[in-house]
Amino acid sequence: MALYSEKVMDHFRNPRNVGVIEGADGVGEVGNAKCGDIMKIYLKIDDDIISDVKFETFGCGSAIASSSMATELIKGKPVSDALALTNRAVAEALDGLPAHKIHCSVLAEEAIKAALKDYYDKNGIEYDHSLFPSCENCETCEL
Amino acid sequence: MIYLDNAATTKISPVALNAMLPCFTDNYGNPSSMHTAGQKAAEALYQAREKVAACIGAEPREITFTSGGSEADNQAIITAANFGAKKGKKHIVSTAFEHHAVLHTLKKLEKSGYEVTYLDVRAPGMAEDKSGKLKNRDGEGIVTAQQVAQAIRPDTCLVTVMFANNEIGTIQPVEEIGRVCREKGVLFHTDAVQAAGHLPIDVKKQTIDMLSISAHKFGGPKGIGVLYARKGIILSTLIEGGAQERGKRAGTENLPAIVGMAAALEDSCANMDVNAARERALRDRLIAGLSRIPHGLLSGDRTNRLPGNVHFCFEGIEGESMLLLLDDKGICASSGSACTSGSLDPSHVLLAIGRPHEIAHGSLRLTLGPDNTEAEIDETIDAVASVVERLRAMSPVWRDLVSGKRTFLTD
Repeated sequence: MALYSEKVMDHFRNPRNVGVIEGADGVGEVGNAKCGDIMKIYLKIDDDIISDVKFETFGCGSAIASSSMATELIKGKPVSDALALTNRAVAEALDGLPAHKIHCSVLAEEAIKAALKDYYDKNGIEYDHSLFPSCENCETCEL
Repeated sequence: MIYLDNAATTKISPVALNAMLPCFTDNYGNPSSMHTAGQKAAEALYQAREKVAACIGAEPREITFTSGGSEADNQAIITAANFGAKKGKKHIVSTAFEHHAVLHTLKKLEKSGYEVTYLDVRAPGMAEDKSGKLKNRDGEGIVTAQQVAQAIRPDTCLVTVMFANNEIGTIQPVEEIGRVCREKGVLFHTDAVQAAGHLPIDVKKQTIDMLSISAHKFGGPKGIGVLYARKGIILSTLIEGGAQERGKRAGTENLPAIVGMAAALEDSCANMDVNAARERALRDRLIAGLSRIPHGLLSGDRTNRLPGNVHFCFEGIEGESMLLLLDDKGICASSGSACTSGSLDPSHVLLAIGRPHEIAHGSLRLTLGPDNTEAEIDETIDAVASVVERLRAMSPVWRDLVSGKRTFLTD
């Protein structure tokens, strides 16, 4: 059995939405280079809809595929949908990830949340802070 | 397919395969049986032992067949530890970048009261250099006999230092270390898994007391190896249950594998000079080509390394992604990145030579074999360059490095 599903390999080989949005409405970066994974998500938001999303990722195959899939899942969707995106949904959309790679999908969820938080902060929008766990508390990256 | 992972395992050599086949079909007896079929197998077993012994300057009775390098490492270290304990000596000298078969055995011993000194394998002067930029240095990944001499104490029962490193290929001064150990009366074991069949080994001249070999690193089959132990060293038994291997390793001998290993080793040793010269030329071509990629760094001493080993780290990218994209281009490579190992820490070898985590994640090991060609090397150089460029183009770390938000660690 291959390490990764065909879907993971497809999103790794042909990642969707790679790049940068200049003047993005929200930018989120999670992970650190020491851990070997960094994801950065850029959001363009119009009328409460994710009108565009781009990502940059430093990381392994599943990290790149998770970022790509996560951007696909929120593109064109209302902000509330993006906020509700779970790592499980990302992993399932990829037809599963190996157990030791689940943290890549967690990172994707967190990167999107971080970008949304940035959007709220920039625009002075009130939000429930408990929805945004800080990346520093993630056990995965404890070094 | 371009196979550049010969340090992981090699294709079985035609010589070894041809030697093995009759052991499955004709000479299938059990060497312990009294009848003709058994005795014929016993004869093949003895001849294989003689061949292996001759290749490393040992005597046949000093050769014990094991399941591979890991078992040989375990048995050698446990033997020395047990021997030391009887004399109240419970200190071992090793290095920080041994294979896990050695390191994990040492960790286990530490839990039961042994003390281990892990020698520093960073390049001389590196620790003191605060200038900033990382660079490849002479002596990087090489321990000195002087370091070993200084670490030996009255209660030292073993020095275990690998012959050549499995990731970065650096060759250790085994003969000098052997001399130091002999002078101080300490047992010397070397894990020669990457060296056997590739570098000259003479256990007498190099005063090696115990040495580990694995067959599949030089065109032999998997699952078979050798522990050489100098006459007079009584091995501790790891596997009980029979009189095989002079009672030191139970289990019916894997005759096809043993015969294949002996043939492969003999063949590799006979052609060592030619193969090494060829691989060295390809290695240097590959190193020169990959050195043209900006912000990459060769790991380990440039020249004092295995003829077939090339190891680089590239800033701003992660190793597993590199491997997957290279695989798409038909190139089989390896990496010491955390993601390839299933752990979060990158290779202990790279950390041991002083590479920071950030750099060590972007590591790439390419190891040559006798079949590789110049055209393959050139194709690989182009492939690595394009893969590195592609991954950097989507890396936020690379963006920060280029924009100056983050500082380049290499030139």
